Amino acid sequence: MTNYTVELNNLVKYFGRRLIFEKINFSFSSKNIYGISGPNGSGKSTLVKIIANLISPTRGKVIHKNNSEEIESTKLHNQIGFVSPYLFLYDEFTAEENLKHIADIRGIPFDKERSDFLLKELRLIDRKTDLVRGYSSGMKQRLKFIFALLHQPSLIILDEPTSNLDNDGKEKVYELIKKEAENKLVIIASNEDSDLNLCSEVIELEKFKRANG
Amino acid sequence: MKAYSLFKKDWQSELRTRYAVNALAMFILVTISVIMFSIGNEKITEYLTGGLLWVVIFFSAMSGLSRAFVSEEERGTTMTLHLIASPSTIFSGKLIFNLLLVFLMNFVITFLFSILFDSFIIKNFTLFAIAFLFGNIGIAVSSTIIAAIISKASSKGTLYPVLSFPILLPLILTLLELTKYAIDGNSVSSSFVEIAVLVCYDVIMLTASYLLFDFIWEE
Repeated sequence: MTNYTVELNNLVKYFGRRLIFEKINFSFSSKNIYGISGPNGSGKSTLVKIIANLISPTRGKVIHKNNSEEIESTKLHNQIGFVSPYLFLYDEFTAEENLKHIADIRGIPFDKERSDFLLKELRLIDRKTDLVRGYSSGMKQRLKFIFALLHQPSLIILDEPTSNLDNDGKEKVYELIKKEAENKLVIIASNEDSDLNLCSEVIELEKFKRANG
Repeated sequence: MKAYSLFKKDWQSELRTRYAVNALAMFILVTISVIMFSIGNEKITEYLTGGLLWVVIFFSAMSGLSRAFVSEEERGTTMTLHLIASPSTIFSGKLIFNLLLVFLMNFVITFLFSILFDSFIIKNFTLFAIAFLFGNIGIAVSSTIIAAIISKASSKGTLYPVLSFPILLPLILTLLELTKYAIDGNSVSSSFVEIAVLVCYDVIMLTASYLLFDFIWEE
């Protein structure tokens, strides 16, 4: 059983001269669900992107550790599963082709059994050979969950995980999140109470802004 | 292997969307037609034909090779790539794709020149083949790294030729010289300096690209 931790050390982020947040010190560890909340523009997406190594902080450091061993940033991508409304898969491929290409590029064997299981769980199995171009926004969101979970990452980052999902989709996603959190680290950035109710601890980003910021 | 998988994904995507191939095919067709119309019945020199060949190749590369990164940026899939592969894998995969595209494009352009222009006569084919091989590699490497630089800019179309010009100029000048030697029928050994410059250009560009790509790719 791996113990995955993420440490945020004195994180500061500016966009130009505008301060987004500062002095964030926090430690995340596996088998937990953490929430990041805050009003629009408070930097929720920015913080999860920094944690996922998609953008750099202005100051400070994010340290990912697997069983106390620091992971190099170039090897981080296979440890992370990421879902967000601003993530896009390839429209010109079918759902299954997308997942297969992604597994190949990751350098891991395509697990058809797990892929079919997730496609079935998220009710996309009947549409797996359709081009993603023809999917609704909710179906695309479901596919992003499969993209995030297929390679069995140790850290799952979910930015507004239930956007575009219907009630049935939300329930299924919550079920999956709880199951994944049994042995993985899950971070959710959201304003939805129902999303944040899953979390054992919530970071409120408003607290990390200067009064005059 | 991961880079090859990325290339395979890009190639299959290209076969379905015809993003770069159509742009390249139309550009080649239009440029060669314009040259032929402007020449009319005039007889142009062999050197000028050799020069025109590389002009067409340079501008065709401008029109199609930026797609490698620009298409990802336009479709919003750049972040997806960030999440599934390391920067070196991404650069290698895109480079293989551009290499294939450059070789295909330049074979077509050279073939069209050889059948449409009577004055395009290569006396030393081996020398031309060496120039063609290393020239194509140089164009592909330079175009790939420039495409990565401009993909995040707002005025991609303008920026690409502007940035490419100073970077590709030494390569094009060397290629022009070698094509002239090949037309004259000079031996490979007497063109050693130009070939060495060409190989050095490729090695320098390849090394610099791999070193720089991490910084370009990280936001």
